[in-house]
Amino acid sequence: MKAVKPVMIGERIKRREDPRLIRGLASYTDDLKLHGMLHAAFVRSDHAAGRILEVDAARARQRDGVVGVFTYDDLRGRVGRSPCTAILPGMNDAPHPLLADGFVRYVGQPIAVVVARERYLARDAALDVDVEIDPLPAVVDPERALEAGAPLVYPELGTNVCWHQQPEPNPELERLFVEAAGVVKLRLLNQRVAPVPMEGRAVLAHFEEGPGKLTVWTSTQTPHGVKQQIAICLGLPEIRVRVIAPEVGGGFGCKIPAYPEECLLGFVSRSLRRPVKWAETRTENLMNTTHGRGHVEYVEAAYGADGTVLALRGKSIVEVGGYASMLGAAIPTFTHLLACGPYGIRAVSWEIVDVYTNTMATEAYRGAGRPEAAYIAERVMDEVALRTGLDRVEVRRRNLLPADAFPYTTPTGAVYDSGNYAATLGKALARFDYAAACRERDAARAQGRLVGIGLATFTEICGLGPSTGASALSRHGTWESAEVRVEPTGNVTVLTGVSPHGQGQETAFAQMVSDAFGIGIDDVSVVHGDTDVVPHGVGTFGSRGLVVGGTALRMATDKILVKARRIAAHLLKLPEERVSFEDGSFRGGEIALGFRDVAMAAHLWNDPVPGEEPGLEAVARFEPPGTTFPFGVHFCRVEVDPDTGELEIQRFVSVDDVGNVINPLLADGQRLGGIVQGLGQALCEEVRYDESGQLLTATLMDYAMPRAAMFPRIELDSTCTPTPLNPLGAKGIGELGTIGSTPCLVSAVLDALRPLGVTHLDMPLTPHRLWQAMRAAEARS
Amino acid sequence: MKLRVRVNGEWREDDVPPRLLLVHWLRESLSLTGTHIGCETSVCGACTVHLDGEPVKSCTLFAVQADGRELTTIEGLAPAEGLHPVQVGFWEEHGLQCGYCTPGMIMSCAALLARNQAPDDAEIRHALEGNVCRCTGYQQIVDAVQHAARIVRGEA
Repeated sequence: MKAVKPVMIGERIKRREDPRLIRGLASYTDDLKLHGMLHAAFVRSDHAAGRILEVDAARARQRDGVVGVFTYDDLRGRVGRSPCTAILPGMNDAPHPLLADGFVRYVGQPIAVVVARERYLARDAALDVDVEIDPLPAVVDPERALEAGAPLVYPELGTNVCWHQQPEPNPELERLFVEAAGVVKLRLLNQRVAPVPMEGRAVLAHFEEGPGKLTVWTSTQTPHGVKQQIAICLGLPEIRVRVIAPEVGGGFGCKIPAYPEECLLGFVSRSLRRPVKWAETRTENLMNTTHGRGHVEYVEAAYGADGTVLALRGKSIVEVGGYASMLGAAIPTFTHLLACGPYGIRAVSWEIVDVYTNTMATEAYRGAGRPEAAYIAERVMDEVALRTGLDRVEVRRRNLLPADAFPYTTPTGAVYDSGNYAATLGKALARFDYAAACRERDAARAQGRLVGIGLATFTEICGLGPSTGASALSRHGTWESAEVRVEPTGNVTVLTGVSPHGQGQETAFAQMVSDAFGIGIDDVSVVHGDTDVVPHGVGTFGSRGLVVGGTALRMATDKILVKARRIAAHLLKLPEERVSFEDGSFRGGEIALGFRDVAMAAHLWNDPVPGEEPGLEAVARFEPPGTTFPFGVHFCRVEVDPDTGELEIQRFVSVDDVGNVINPLLADGQRLGGIVQGLGQALCEEVRYDESGQLLTATLMDYAMPRAAMFPRIELDSTCTPTPLNPLGAKGIGELGTIGSTPCLVSAVLDALRPLGVTHLDMPLTPHRLWQAMRAAEARS
Repeated sequence: MKLRVRVNGEWREDDVPPRLLLVHWLRESLSLTGTHIGCETSVCGACTVHLDGEPVKSCTLFAVQADGRELTTIEGLAPAEGLHPVQVGFWEEHGLQCGYCTPGMIMSCAALLARNQAPDDAEIRHALEGNVCRCTGYQQIVDAVQHAARIVRGEA
């Protein structure tokens, strides 16, 4: 066999996923077709709140080609509630049925599912279902929902509060506030946004009567979680449920939870004994796939005369929506945990109020609680700079934790693993040439131009663990699995519990195996996303794929190398300790055995190794001992048109520290995509409901997505502080860009408009909003 | 309604309902599932195909509107064993992540290069106004098109 050079960790190699994707040969869920397959369409609520008087499906049932119509009456007593695994202690839990049961609580809530021979027919027939709803007053604004006399989403709870975390009494904090030179008070909105993966949700359920087994193909980030929830919901033994995530077209958090539609299609397929498929429309996606953010934050920051922030007191009022999605209610706990950011703030007191409103549920969305925290901390730093007259960089410098502080426990209980914030800030200052940028801004200002510089210094949380905080309802902890099977030829199959959907782990994991065993990358196959095939895993979210799943893989390859060395020592007739493994060969003195020779010997077994079993494979699970804290510094320069409010981003520099990197090409992709996604929130994205709970942003003509022409070439640089918490030294990268870029842009725009007297802005910074802020400031002056 | 379209070089005949969208005809009748549906409103460009050489959004055309015309989908952009320069560019420069917008992106970029072999970054970004990508932040797509342009110009 021709020797193939292995690919090493750290090499910038192109992806192995791509050939199928660039030729249109990949199979996403809606691309799948089974014999006898039916199509489902949903009848959804037109009202945000109301009592269902009647659901009459007679006309729909009569339509030629319709095979079945299901309403709550068909489910009653036969299926469980819509799954929610994050039921927090003391939470006012409200059951969310798969189809509306008597009441509707948000626009788009599924009321009935219509199944027909063909897609267009199913949609026609869905329009034939007559639904009579007696509308009730709706509540959309979370603060309004907390007022006395507000309409109640769940009257039986007597309140719209879903969960309330009271701050603990904190005398130290009170003292710091008394001693402070000043207190910054802010009310910040982190608006509700839609994740908008380009592939919406899609489900194909196939119950096979012979084996009594339900197979569900679904566009998810968590196939094992969905499998468990379907099994629980439908009362099936989990060994009779198989979930497959085929090609998945993006997730960004909204494909973490198990949805009612996934369970329902399983139910329908089992009832009809036919495969049933549903792919949501973009309107369904914007209306009924979970949203992100939706926080109102009140914050008070006590600072000293030298610009150090001493203490933070805050409150997050969070729109949970019409029901508590899987993780939704827990998201603001990350905001609390990360409230200090990279700064040495000494005391924090945080209150969280999760609120039910007549809107779609919120869930994790790229960053999930950490962007909100970074936004708060950065707005506070900018305000402190303004109040103390210090430069914004200087204020951050005075507050950043020093390099010798790690491991560092924050007053909120987070344990930061490693970092050198000042070094990253220094590199970013040089790369952006901050001093020159300030001079240029000032010169532009002198000409009456509205130029601003923004910055954000931030840290975040990745690779969540340990599992001690896991909810019993999720049925698994925060670990991840990997299985490595070495074939007799020495080729390798990796089965991973993570479920990549764009991240590129088919490449990064193959790269790791190629490096570990000294074999060619094309001799490694990475399999994921099939619960009947891969060991129980947790999935891809929270920047955990490489950090947790990759570490599990490293542990598995290490186990294999231990056994392979034993086999090699036996074959070489040498004591194990005299055999080394380097460059793909086991060596003892002058003799060498290739990895493939050992793999063959392990399977051939005609020279048995005492005390060992034949074969060469290993399963490993990595339980993270703690979370990692990547960090970064972003700078940008913007210019606002004083007449139109149009905003131009002229430069964006990102210097990040994610520890060690397996494949810099993929790492760049994660960072660039994240930065633009965060800028999208700052610039243009917003899910809007009117006061009655009607969704105003129900198509991509109304929901503004970031587009190519809105951005300059983003400049990337990095520093590297490996984490001691895993053998890869990798910290996680998926969400970082989204966390720093949003506050950075807002900082820049506020800087640009401050000369006009604009002191506060809420996102999104649309031309209309900036124009209004400028005109209002002019009117005041 | 009777329909005859030359799809990826081969004449295909069918009898379709007048309301059938072109994208559904391609995906469901011809099993050309590389063309994706992303928004149903002509905004996102995931469904972009070439009709008589021009990029169009197949989610807002009826199948019958393609009657008698020449249509190219992602599956037919390059010969079976080869790649179009834009496909090479996307692969080399990591111009895709989840891959869902990619076929439409590639069709739009190929149309750009057919009329302009030396676009600057701003021209590429402008040409992508009708295509939305949620993963990449567009920068590596711009790099992919520049890479492809170098191939087209014989510089790579």
